Amino acid sequence: MDTELAEKQNTSPTIHMIRKGVAVGFPIMLGYLPIAITYGVLAKQSGMSLTELTLMSVMVFAGASQFMGANMIAVGAGAMEIIIATFVLNFRHFVMSLSFMNRLRNIGLNWKIPLSLGLTDETFAVSSLHTKEANMEKGAYFYASLILTAYLSWIGGSFLGGVLGEIIPAQLSQSMGIALYAMFIGLLIPSVRKQWRVGVVAVIAMLINTVCSQFMSDGWAIVFGTVLGGWSGVFLLKEDAS
Amino acid sequence: MIIAIIIGMAAVTMIPRVVPAFIVDKLQFRDWINRWLNAIPFAALGALVFPGILGVIPGKPLIGLIGGAVAIVLAYVGLNVILVVAGAIVTVFLLTM
Repeated sequence: MDTELAEKQNTSPTIHMIRKGVAVGFPIMLGYLPIAITYGVLAKQSGMSLTELTLMSVMVFAGASQFMGANMIAVGAGAMEIIIATFVLNFRHFVMSLSFMNRLRNIGLNWKIPLSLGLTDETFAVSSLHTKEANMEKGAYFYASLILTAYLSWIGGSFLGGVLGEIIPAQLSQSMGIALYAMFIGLLIPSVRKQWRVGVVAVIAMLINTVCSQFMSDGWAIVFGTVLGGWSGVFLLKEDAS
Repeated sequence: MIIAIIIGMAAVTMIPRVVPAFIVDKLQFRDWINRWLNAIPFAALGALVFPGILGVIPGKPLIGLIGGAVAIVLAYVGLNVILVVAGAIVTVFLLTM
């Protein structure tokens, strides 16, 4: 079907997949830009140079941990302390990557490595809701362009935030804080409508996360919520939900 | 010094992301593990949203909840993700005025 469509549009499957990836990644860009700008502003205030704060976005590419890192640098925390806290906060990506890579079994390791490195909460969520492409011709280009769209907007936004400084009104940037949460909700609800049990899995994960966050760090609480919540899916989701 | 922190943060972020790329090539998972992994996205979305959303406006959890409720309604009626995000931002913006 993919090739048919591509022929109709008179484009190669590669270009078709790239276009599709950029289109599907576009909402992530909208969600990332305000947050990346806010990160840039905050990182600048915490004493990082424009090069350093942009480099962090290039090399780490993980929003929450970059906010935390900038904060910890500002208060003069030690390097080891910051790195360990980052590991704990980002360990959830291991679980997500395992799920994502399991979907990409038909794609070669030469693609899987760069795609796994571009995995964030957002690129994972969006990619996981588009599983068909994994088995299509040139499907790797779909995920690669989706991730690159997100990656470049994250880097660009961070740089912009570092340059602009405090130009955006505080009330607006604060309101933007809801953006990624709303995006996650917007991604989840269509699957819940298709199969209500998906919503049960999500709510179980929420409850486990809430309970766990009472006595452990947020990073581990999210890992437990995701792993145990996902486990409930073994019983709740009989067939392939996506 | 900051550069060293960045390199360290990058390493501990990249390793958990990339290891599964090598693992899945080596292993065949049983059916129930595949189902578990396939349910991970939905569980992750749940865990990422709640309780984090309560902290959108520090000290005012209700604003985050209402923003989330608006997002649920907009998504449920079938609006595009972009409009869902825009609707939630406008809601929170109005509530903090």
